[in-house]
Amino acid sequence: MERLPLIPKRRTFGEISLTAIFVALAIATAFIATRAYTPAYAFHMALFSLGSVVAVAAINMRYQARPVDPPPLFIDGRPNYNYGPVKFASLASLLWGTAGFLVGLYLALELAFPALNFDLPWINFGRLRPLHTSAVIFAFGGNALIATSFYVMQRTSRARIAGELAPWFVVLGYNFFILIAGTGYLLGVTRSHEYAEPEWYAILWLVVVWVTYLLVYLFTLARRTEPHIYVANWFYLAFIVTIAILVLGNNTEIPISIFSPKSVVVWSGVQDAMIQWWYGHNAVGFFLTAGFLGIVYYFIPKRAERPIYSYRLSIVHFWALIFLYIWAGPHHLHYTALPDWAQTLGMVFSVVLWMPSWGGMINGLMTLSGAWDKLRTDPVLRMLVVSVAFYGMSTFEGPLMSVKAVNSLSHYTDWGIGHVHSGSLGWVAFVSFGALYCVIPWIWNRKLYSLKLVNWHFWISTIGIVFYISAMWVAGIMQGLMWRAYTPQGFLEYSFVETTEALHPEYLIRAAGGALFVVGMLIMLVNIYKTITTPRTEQVLEAIPAPAAAE
Amino acid sequence: MSNATHHAPPSGLQKLIETNSMMLVLGILLMVSVGGLVEIVPLFYLKNTIEKVDGVRPYTPLELAGFNIYVREGCYTCHSQMIRPLRDEVERYGHYSLAAESMYDHPFQWGSKRNGPDLARVGGKYSNDWQRDHLRDPRSVVPSSIMPGYPFLSKTLLNGEHLAEQMRVLRIVGVPYSDDQIDNAVADLAAQASSDDAGGPDVQKRYPNAVLGDVAGKTSVTEEDALIAYLQHLGVSVDFKLYDDKANIR
Repeated sequence: MERLPLIPKRRTFGEISLTAIFVALAIATAFIATRAYTPAYAFHMALFSLGSVVAVAAINMRYQARPVDPPPLFIDGRPNYNYGPVKFASLASLLWGTAGFLVGLYLALELAFPALNFDLPWINFGRLRPLHTSAVIFAFGGNALIATSFYVMQRTSRARIAGELAPWFVVLGYNFFILIAGTGYLLGVTRSHEYAEPEWYAILWLVVVWVTYLLVYLFTLARRTEPHIYVANWFYLAFIVTIAILVLGNNTEIPISIFSPKSVVVWSGVQDAMIQWWYGHNAVGFFLTAGFLGIVYYFIPKRAERPIYSYRLSIVHFWALIFLYIWAGPHHLHYTALPDWAQTLGMVFSVVLWMPSWGGMINGLMTLSGAWDKLRTDPVLRMLVVSVAFYGMSTFEGPLMSVKAVNSLSHYTDWGIGHVHSGSLGWVAFVSFGALYCVIPWIWNRKLYSLKLVNWHFWISTIGIVFYISAMWVAGIMQGLMWRAYTPQGFLEYSFVETTEALHPEYLIRAAGGALFVVGMLIMLVNIYKTITTPRTEQVLEAIPAPAAAE
Repeated sequence: MSNATHHAPPSGLQKLIETNSMMLVLGILLMVSVGGLVEIVPLFYLKNTIEKVDGVRPYTPLELAGFNIYVREGCYTCHSQMIRPLRDEVERYGHYSLAAESMYDHPFQWGSKRNGPDLARVGGKYSNDWQRDHLRDPRSVVPSSIMPGYPFLSKTLLNGEHLAEQMRVLRIVGVPYSDDQIDNAVADLAAQASSDDAGGPDVQKRYPNAVLGDVAGKTSVTEEDALIAYLQHLGVSVDFKLYDDKANIR
C-alpha cells in the first residue's frame, strides 16, 4: 500500500488511556486527601495526586516531542534496544543503596549509643529499621533487578522491550511506591509485617506496577527471535511471578476506611505468623535469590566470556530451588506456637535446600573454568565471583541455623542479623555492584572510568563485611549462651540487660564494618559519576556474544 | 561428565517449557504453590491452632489504641512476644506462649529479634509508674538500656475517633466485638484510663479483667496511657493454674 505523504500525528491507545487513568487518579486522591483521618495519609494522597498530574504532563510532553511513528523495533537489522528505563533504574539503585546503607549505619550507631534516637518519633530505631530494610532490599535491590532484567530480557530476546510507556510506568511507578513506603515508615504508617510494612494503598499501587512488569516481560519474550528462553529469564520470571503471589497472600487486608491509612489483616496470631514467614522467607528466596541468580546467569558468563558451566545443572538448580524454597518459611518460627510438624517440615526443607543452592554456586563459579586468570585482572568479575562465594557461605549457614537445636540458640539474637548481612552485603549487594559496573558502561556506551577504584571498592567493602559478620557471630552466640547460662545453684546467671551490656564492643565493630561498606559505596558513586560524565572519546561498543542457552 | 552431556539440548517437557513462556509461567506457579498450601491451609483447621482458651478476650478500646501505637512505633523490631518452651525462657519470662494468646492480634506481634526482652508476659510485672518513667527515659530506671526514649507519647493526646471503625472491621475478620462494645468505644476508652470514672465498672463488665488506670479524675488521655494499658494486659489473660495443657497436645 502506498503511504500518504502526510500522516497526522495521533496519540496512541496507551497515551490516551494512561492519561485518562492518571487524571482520574489525581482527582480521586486529591478528594481523599481533603478528608484523610491522619496528616500522614493526607500527605501521601497529596503525593499521589501530584504524581498523577506530573505523569499527565510528562505523557503529553513526550507526545509533543516524539516523531509521528513509534520507534522502529529494528535499525539496520539490529534490535533497537530501549535503555532509558534501564538507565533510570540503575542510577536509582545506586542512590537508594547509598541512602539505605547510611540509614543502616545510623541504626547500628543507635544500638551502640541510644542517645542518637534523640527521643524523636521519626528517627527512633523502631521506625528507621523498616526504612533501612526496605531501602536496601526493595529500593536498592529492586531497582538493580528491574534494571538488569530489562537489559537482559532485551539482549537475550534480541528484541526491543515491549511498550513505550509501560517500561517507564514500571520503573517510575516502582520508585514512587518506594517513596510512599519509606516516608510512611518515618511517619508511623506500617503494618508491622517484616519486609511487608507498607499499608494497603501502597500495596494496591505496587500490584498495578508489578502486573505491568510481568506483562512487559512476557510481551518482550514473545518478541524473541531465539526459540529458547535463556536461563536468566527463568529466574527473573520466577522472581516476578512468585513475588506477586507472596505480596497478594500476605496483604490480605481490609482498610478501616478509604480515608484511613490503616488496614486490618484478615489473619491473626499463628496463621498470620505462618503466612508472614511464608512471605518473608520467600522474599529472601525469590527477591533476594532467584532475581539475583538471573544476574549471575547472564553477567558472569558475559563478563568471563565463557558459557555457563553446565546447562543441565541450571535446569536442576532452577526447578529444585523454586520448589524447595517455598517450604522453608517455618524455620523462622521454631519453638513457637506453630505446630511442631510445620516447624519440622520447614527445617527439613531448609536443609535440603542447601543442595540446589550449592548446585547454583558451583554452576556460577565453574563458569570461570578456563578464565580464572581474569579474577586477577578484572575486579568487576572478582566482585561477581566473590558474591557467588558469599552466596554459598550464607546458603550453608542458613540451613545450619534452621536446625532446631541450633535455632534455639541463634533465634532472637544478632546471629540472625549477621546471617542476613553476609547474604545481603556479600551476595546481593556485591552481585548488584558487579552487574551495575558492567551494565552502566554498556548502556551509556562508555568505558568504566577506573578499574582501580573498583578494586578499592571491592577490598574496602569486603573488609567491612568481614568486620560486620564476625562481630555479629560473636554477639549472637555470646548473647544466646548468656540467656541460657545457669549458676551452679540453678539460677539464671544473667539478667537481660547484662547481656545487652556485653554486646557493646561488638556493636562498635559492626558499625565500623558498616561504615567501611558505605565508604566502598561512595567510591562506586564517584566512579560511576565519572564514567557517565566523561565525554565519549571512542566507540566502545561491547562485543555481543551469543545469548544462546547452550553451546 | 563431558562437556557434551552438560550441554545436551533439552528434550521433552523441559523443551516445551523453555520455548513457551506461558508454559514456563505455569510451571513456576505449580512448583511454588505446593509448599505454601501444605503448610498454611491446615492451620485454619487444626485443633491446637484454633483452640479457644478461657480468659482470652478482645482488647478494650484503650488497649487496642495502645496496640496501634505499639505497631506504629515498630516495637516488634526489638521485642518479641513469643516465649519458647525452653527452660531458661520459661524461667525468665513465664509460661510458654499459646497460639490462643495472640488469636486477636491483627497483625501478630511475635517478633523475630530481642534487642530488648520478650514482652509476651510483661503485663503486671511493673507498676504503671515504672512504665511511665521507663517510656519517657529508659535509662532513668535501667541505666544501661539501649531503648529509645518515647517522651512524646505522654505529650500526645490520644485520638480515639476511629477506633470504633477499626473494631467493626476486626469483627468482620473474626474478633467477637459486640454491638455494645463498639457503640461504647469512645466512652470506654476514657473510662478505663481513670481510676474513678463512673463508667469503670461498665468497662469491666464488657471486658472481663480489664485493669483501670491508676490516676483519679483524668481529664485527658494520652498515647502513653494507651500503650501502658496495652503492655499491662500482655500475657495476663490465661490463668495457668487452671489451663489444661494436655487438652490440645501438639
